[in-house]
Amino acid sequence: MILQGIAFYVFAALLVASGVMVISARNPVHSVLFLILAFFQAAGLCLLMGAEFIAMILIIVYVGAVAVLFLFVVMMLDINFRELRQGAMEVLPLGALVGLILLAELAAVLGGWIVAPNVAAIAGAPTPAIDQVSNTQALGRLMYTQYVYLFQASGVVLLIAMIGAIVLTLRHRPGVRKQNIGAQISRRREDVVVIRKVPTGEGV
Amino acid sequence: MEIGLGHYLTVSAIVFTLGVLGIFLNRKNVIIILMSIEMMLLAVNLNLVAFSTHLHDLVGQIFAMIILTVAAAEAAIGLAILVVYFRNRGSIRVEDINMMKG
Repeated sequence: MILQGIAFYVFAALLVASGVMVISARNPVHSVLFLILAFFQAAGLCLLMGAEFIAMILIIVYVGAVAVLFLFVVMMLDINFRELRQGAMEVLPLGALVGLILLAELAAVLGGWIVAPNVAAIAGAPTPAIDQVSNTQALGRLMYTQYVYLFQASGVVLLIAMIGAIVLTLRHRPGVRKQNIGAQISRRREDVVVIRKVPTGEGV
Repeated sequence: MEIGLGHYLTVSAIVFTLGVLGIFLNRKNVIIILMSIEMMLLAVNLNLVAFSTHLHDLVGQIFAMIILTVAAAEAAIGLAILVVYFRNRGSIRVEDINMMKG
């Protein structure tokens, strides 16, 4: 139990610290790297809570896809980031005020909030015992039966996002010489090759 | 030192607040704003998973996965828009994004 507490505080402290670094780092590449660190710590917290599948998905999707996408964009765009940092200190008091108000409200909610006593009876999908069904298996059983429409809808969301990203960034540049495979295949020998009998000693 | 639901909710509240603060602090840089949004979504995910494991109800983890999907789609679309915008304008300053004001 003491080990769980130590692990929780290490993960939580690193998560908050890397979150602070994400929003305060001067170099956006450092921001992305701290974001990756924050995702890893969040995955550790999920693992500590017992949601193993979500933890692994966090690493695969967030670190493997989203953060790498960010890294690509940050490194490929040639942006003057120093100019973008200017004026950040002017809005710091306002931002800090809004953040403090938000945090105070969240703390008030957390402090004055209790779980209803009969909430376990109305659970949508009670978690099976961990020694019988693993977390991943239980999630799969639920997701592919009761929530299959939600699952397919999220697939559609991803498909539309993919098509949208391709449509947005695809660019037809004029003046580029490309291989035209159709024209190559439909070329016939009799259309392009002519055999001429050339008499000896004369020109064509 | 019992780690309960309140501890996890506190961490996720702090991370969410950091995301909001990041939007205020870096309001000229769209990339950092997108990263702050990702951090807020991460905090929401932590919240859902904490409630799900505390109340022994798996639906919260299903919702967390759906939010993960939407976050990935949002990042892809947002960064695609950013790349197109940079190609057209040569900058990503938030103040310059006024093409659709009419």
